[in-house]
Amino acid sequence: MSTATTARDERKNGAGDATVRSWKTPVILSVVALFALLVFALGAPGNEVTFRLSEENDPIVLPSIVVSAPVIGWIAALAMAALAVLAILRTRSERKIPTWVLAVFAVLFLVAFLTWVVGSARTPNVALYGLLAGSVTLAVPLIFGSLSGVLCERSGVVNIAIEGQLLFGAFAAAVAASLSGSALVGLLAAAVAGVLVSLVLAVFSIRYVVNQVIVGVVLNVLVSGLTGFLFSAVLSEDSERWNSPPRLPVIEIPLLADIPVIGPILFQQTIVGYLMYIAVAAVYVALYHSRWGLRTRAVGEHPKAADTLGVNVNRMRFLNVLLAGVVAGVGGSFFTLVAVSGFGRDMTAGQGYIALAALIFGRWNPIGAFFAALLFGFATNLSNVLSLLGTPVPDQFLRMLPYVVTVFAVAGLVGRSRAPGASGIPYIKG
Amino acid sequence: MTPQDDKPVPSPTDGEAPLTRRDAKDTARKDEARLENAVETAGGAVPPPAVPATAAALGAGPAPESTLMQRIMTGNALVAFLSVVLSLILGGLLIAVTDQNVARTSSYFFSRPQDMIGAAWTAASSAYLALFQGSVFNFEGDSFVRMIYPLTQTLTVATPLICAGLGVALAFRAGLFNIGAQGQILIGATFAGWIGFTLHLPAGIHLLLVILAGMVGGAVWAGLVGLLKARTGAHEVILTIMFNYIATNLVLYFLSTPAFQRPGSTNPISPQLDATALYPPLLGPAFRLHWGFVVAVLATIFVWWLLERSTIGFELRAVGANASAARTAGVNVSKGYILAMAIAGALAGLAGVAQVSGTEKVLTSGVAASFGFDAITVALLGRSSPWGTFAAGILFGAFRAGGVAMQASTGTSIDIVLVVQSLIVLFIAAPPLVRALFRLPSPGARRARKGGSTTPTPASTGAAA
Repeated sequence: MSTATTARDERKNGAGDATVRSWKTPVILSVVALFALLVFALGAPGNEVTFRLSEENDPIVLPSIVVSAPVIGWIAALAMAALAVLAILRTRSERKIPTWVLAVFAVLFLVAFLTWVVGSARTPNVALYGLLAGSVTLAVPLIFGSLSGVLCERSGVVNIAIEGQLLFGAFAAAVAASLSGSALVGLLAAAVAGVLVSLVLAVFSIRYVVNQVIVGVVLNVLVSGLTGFLFSAVLSEDSERWNSPPRLPVIEIPLLADIPVIGPILFQQTIVGYLMYIAVAAVYVALYHSRWGLRTRAVGEHPKAADTLGVNVNRMRFLNVLLAGVVAGVGGSFFTLVAVSGFGRDMTAGQGYIALAALIFGRWNPIGAFFAALLFGFATNLSNVLSLLGTPVPDQFLRMLPYVVTVFAVAGLVGRSRAPGASGIPYIKG
Repeated sequence: MTPQDDKPVPSPTDGEAPLTRRDAKDTARKDEARLENAVETAGGAVPPPAVPATAAALGAGPAPESTLMQRIMTGNALVAFLSVVLSLILGGLLIAVTDQNVARTSSYFFSRPQDMIGAAWTAASSAYLALFQGSVFNFEGDSFVRMIYPLTQTLTVATPLICAGLGVALAFRAGLFNIGAQGQILIGATFAGWIGFTLHLPAGIHLLLVILAGMVGGAVWAGLVGLLKARTGAHEVILTIMFNYIATNLVLYFLSTPAFQRPGSTNPISPQLDATALYPPLLGPAFRLHWGFVVAVLATIFVWWLLERSTIGFELRAVGANASAARTAGVNVSKGYILAMAIAGALAGLAGVAQVSGTEKVLTSGVAASFGFDAITVALLGRSSPWGTFAAGILFGAFRAGGVAMQASTGTSIDIVLVVQSLIVLFIAAPPLVRALFRLPSPGARRARKGGSTTPTPASTGAAA
């Protein structure tokens, strides 16, 4: 009786969930498509929009892309409406909506939005290559931060302390680089600082089984207070000595850096930028194609099973959290060694929390987190660029953009994503 | 939300006898003690893990042969006190290490060590003395009013902390981590402020409407998060963080429109609220303390009643302790999320009202200061209990009020307050660490020894570390 009940229960729950899930996406797509029709198509500015792909004195000059705003607006909006109808039809016949529908829909929305917003600006002319390269640069600390989150959460420890790791990394990098006169020493110090924050997180959440979210939040406050205090008590007293780090040089890879658009993105970075690409690839390969990765995921998904098979769960988690500290710490050095030269109070400004959002948005997968972080970088950079171009949209709404996009993304598209099974739950042997 | 009658709830199976809500509640009530335990731990440390459940239960209640001294030594109050002391010591060390005089005297430490120790002592003690004078009692004041003025300042600062802290605590009890108090305060303050300076109503009604508007603003902003979480399963941590940023920009936008600006000015600052829209001073015009503090006390009583004495509160706690179990017992979990967030937002909105119509009297983008984030630590320190949050709010209010005075008189940066506050929360959350540091007996240790258990208690592992 009871087994039958459970089975029926599950089926019923499953069916109920499926109904909720399947109607959510078409509804959101329809609303967005309607919005696109109203704003991007009907409200399209009548002029032409120019996207520049290269500058005149670049080694390889590409012609600019010139499009008509109403044409693009109508095409994209109608295509989006068609996709929304497709989604409704698929849901009605209780079939899955293919992933490509969502991907194409997102790209169309992006194109239509870009055309509309640039077209409505005072100067409807934007350097696309700069927009993209700037996005990647802004995304660098986010990517490091979300990789740190991936490492922690995949092994079952929630890492809210990304913000603290980034900030302490930035602080240590500034101080160490200023004292030693070498940016590389600063990079090392940043890694050590990230590990220090991780160590506290690991000791409190793994050894003393304190709620991991609490430790994370408190650590962020602690690092903010500590660096703020040291900043005003030591750094600003003698900033020449303590807070004037040399910047990391941009290393151009010959020839490859001259490729239009992707050259500056991939081959014209600082060490931190190159390390970012390496870290994404390394974490991905290690997590899914190595013994260590399998154990990490096992420990985060089902620690008891891992323990039964002889994996030391808490040791594994401890090491992963420390490693995450290295990653986030290096990411923090971006703020003081690449972006600006010198530490400022609370200079990470909530980027650690955005990294956390990118991690969830990217479904706890390094590659997913990478693209999610890129999206944030793009949205931030876009709002910067657009406020320079002079758009009719108020500045505050442009600044809201990345966050609104996140809300829509988290609520509409990845709401069904699942955290690692044991994430946030301490493991107590026995 | 909950009808008290025996209305049958939708039964999970069609064939079985319908499960009445009272039945479900009775069953659930049996486990209330255990639930209580689980809920309590949500706000702080998990109880000593390696200790068997029986030992933990025994350690919590006084064992027959335990003396008063033993009970004090193993109690939570002592751990809390020692956590504060330890954090203050660490903060003092930090002040001393970064002090200019200490740095100067350290250069000849080996010839005259007393100079450096003296300088370190002076640096730390004068900072803490200024902190105390600025937050509790100024014994250098020339009149009684000036002497107790710091204490009223503490209560003034504590008011928004308590209100917003209660919101965070309440959401926490329902299993929601509400990082969005900052945005909720801002939106609440915006609603309240707008009513305050746009409408011109008679005294009494105006203030009431302002308070109501603030609560509605916060409730709508937070309820939206609850709704999204309940409907789409999106994570509330992400949502509340994003909503904070959106709220900040929204308020900045409002303040750039003529409807929110002073006539003839384009500065992002609103007109002053009408006198009828302000909280009257509580102790006369000599002090800044206003009736918002009384509202905060009432809010604390309300939250206590809601959580501990009402059906809604019981359901919220059930959702927080185990959402699946609560759903099986007939609790509407989605409704619980929305309701918990809405009430939490209303409380944060009260904090916004306290700011806009109590302390600041105008609406600016900085009206929420960092109260929303401090509220999280306040709730954590208060272990998510209403009165614990109240006490923690006053303690942090004292730190903040005193920190301002300290920064003005000794030049010690107010950031030290953040360090001390976060250390306190960390230590209190890990009692085994504090016990190990002070070599205190742990509650489960005696029993574990007696039972000949080989499992190490957290305290002993801590000491070994």
